[in-house]
Amino acid sequence: MTGHTLGWVVVAAALVAGCGDKPQQNGDNQVVLIGQVSPLTGPQAHLGKDNENGARLALDEINAAGLTLGGKKVVLELKSEDDAADPKTATTVAQKLVDEGVIGVIGHLNSGATIPASKIYSDNAIPQISPSATAVAYTASGFKTAYRVMTNDAQQGSVLGNYAVTKLGAKKIAIIDDRTAYGQGLADEVEKAAKAAGGEVVAREYTSDRSTDFMAILTSIKGKAPDLVFFGGMDPQAAPMIKQMKQLGMQAKFLGGDGAQTPKLIELAGADAEGALASNPGLPLDAMPGGSAFKAKFEAKYGKIQNYSPYAYDAMHVMIDAMKRADSSDPAKYLAELPKTDYQGVTGRIRFDARGDITGGAVTLYQVKDGKWQTLETVQSGK
Amino acid sequence: MDIFLQQLINGLVLGSVYALVALGYTMVYGILELINFAHGEITMMGAMVSLAVIGALALAAPGLPGVLILGAGLAVAIPVCMALGLLIERVAYRPLRHAPRLAPLITAIGVSIILQNIAMLIWGKQYIPFPAILPQGRHEILGASISDTQIAILVLAVLIMLTLILVVQKTRLGRAMRATAQSRQVASLMGVDVNRVIASTFVIGSALAAVAGVMVSAYYGLAHYYMGFLLGLKAFSAAVLGGIGNLGGAMLGGLLLGLIESFGAGYIGDLTGGFLGSHYQDVFAFFVLIAVLVFRPSGLLGARVVERA
Repeated sequence: MTGHTLGWVVVAAALVAGCGDKPQQNGDNQVVLIGQVSPLTGPQAHLGKDNENGARLALDEINAAGLTLGGKKVVLELKSEDDAADPKTATTVAQKLVDEGVIGVIGHLNSGATIPASKIYSDNAIPQISPSATAVAYTASGFKTAYRVMTNDAQQGSVLGNYAVTKLGAKKIAIIDDRTAYGQGLADEVEKAAKAAGGEVVAREYTSDRSTDFMAILTSIKGKAPDLVFFGGMDPQAAPMIKQMKQLGMQAKFLGGDGAQTPKLIELAGADAEGALASNPGLPLDAMPGGSAFKAKFEAKYGKIQNYSPYAYDAMHVMIDAMKRADSSDPAKYLAELPKTDYQGVTGRIRFDARGDITGGAVTLYQVKDGKWQTLETVQSGK
Repeated sequence: MDIFLQQLINGLVLGSVYALVALGYTMVYGILELINFAHGEITMMGAMVSLAVIGALALAAPGLPGVLILGAGLAVAIPVCMALGLLIERVAYRPLRHAPRLAPLITAIGVSIILQNIAMLIWGKQYIPFPAILPQGRHEILGASISDTQIAILVLAVLIMLTLILVVQKTRLGRAMRATAQSRQVASLMGVDVNRVIASTFVIGSALAAVAGVMVSAYYGLAHYYMGFLLGLKAFSAAVLGGIGNLGGAMLGGLLLGLIESFGAGYIGDLTGGFLGSHYQDVFAFFVLIAVLVFRPSGLLGARVVERA
């Protein structure tokens, strides 16, 4: 009985081990799997799909141009997974991708999902480039496999906090965050920078990434008469928050981070969005070196750009660029090339510091005017 | 004082939406002792269907007054949700009426997941904006602010609840519902068509859910295939708080939950000197729920057996 069961276990284990461990052969071409993870269901599915499309666009182009590594023709295949923006699901799909034998991962979208997944990729020595995770903790864990092409929250938050006080003239600031790794991390950095610049934080309130009702906390904030309300979170919350601020007759300015600086925010908040301010790391699409070309290519295939797809596109190119220099798709070999990256992408020149963060990340501030995000100015984050 | 009044308004508006949805839970429970977990998703369907109609109309006939467009949205969403409620009862619950109580609970969860995914397939994963067709009037009362939408929600919710009480207390159908709630067997022996009564309960509950769905999407300015989940959970809690199975209880529970959430989120930070912040809003609401259930296990107005409908 025991012997039998054990036998089956061994057979099953052998089968599982056999699956996807080796690169698959497809005629003379070697098929290489690259993972992409973002929330494809749930409240942030529109952003998740945008990332997937960005990564897929890059991958299709590389395949179309033809990729030869180590003398062999290589065909890239995208394995896109849904982490539902949930840290627990993120680790499950990360493990699934590792088991399927991906040699690199573009993702995840949310910091909260990226951080726990990064441990799994690190344990299996699979390089990971996140197009949009901005929480400081992601690269601070010291994993050699963790990279990002996005300005991090410390860089963005310090710019935002400083900007609110010095440029927007806000003396009293209320801060709300959605209790996610991203929202909380950004809000903390803004609070620090705003205080350092001489501003006063009169209220610190909290909500969740599923809420749509902020009347209670906004009423409480209104009682403290701030000049500006900063929200660390995403557009599905930011839009109703802006509407409710108007509904309560609040005069305070609204300032958000990159999660709020999306076309969806204007669509959802309508006329109430007028005057709202938000930042986005990096350059505006039309100021990106390859912005207009990317926009034309992307929109022909997938429709409107939501937010991070140019970064997902660049992340894919950066990863393949490292493979080209290593002349191998072996993670161990091309990982050694990643720190030496100096790639001119759609979003600008990409180089990494010792932790895997992008160096000298720019932060751009935008304001809604006439129903459109208008660029205010780009601020270079301090070193 | 103005802050207090504002929180009171916030809580009442939120609470009356909870109450409308909670009524659907409590009516079904009163008659079948079944928790219809798909009810939140029917609310979502109501919002999505009405938004589809409103969006199409706002594009096709931009000159039409907003209230008329909204009315058209409601006029389509209510029958669709009624049909949906009828269908769910017929397909997912009636065949299991004599099964152990866990079985229909599981089909209820199944139906809720199916509805979410159907909505996702039809309308996509995006948040759908509510077109700006309604007048955005705002009134100041003693320093607090109340919008036309909020007034409409409050008035409509009260009217609907009064009508429902009248239906249950004064009509033949209402009497049949109360009889069925007391004992299905005896009611059917007295000539009550129990299947019809149960189906009507689902239909009425779904109509209320449709109205609540439209209210929520108009109030927050958006709709999404996932919106029914949290709303359903809160409304269910409200029904339990008031005493599940009791109509007045669902209304009271809904209003109370709205007020508790509103005042909890608004004052908890200041009252505890910043030790507990507004992220304890839900903890606070559910703490009250637990406290009530410890002392009154059948909820605030949860009378035993008699008077449920």
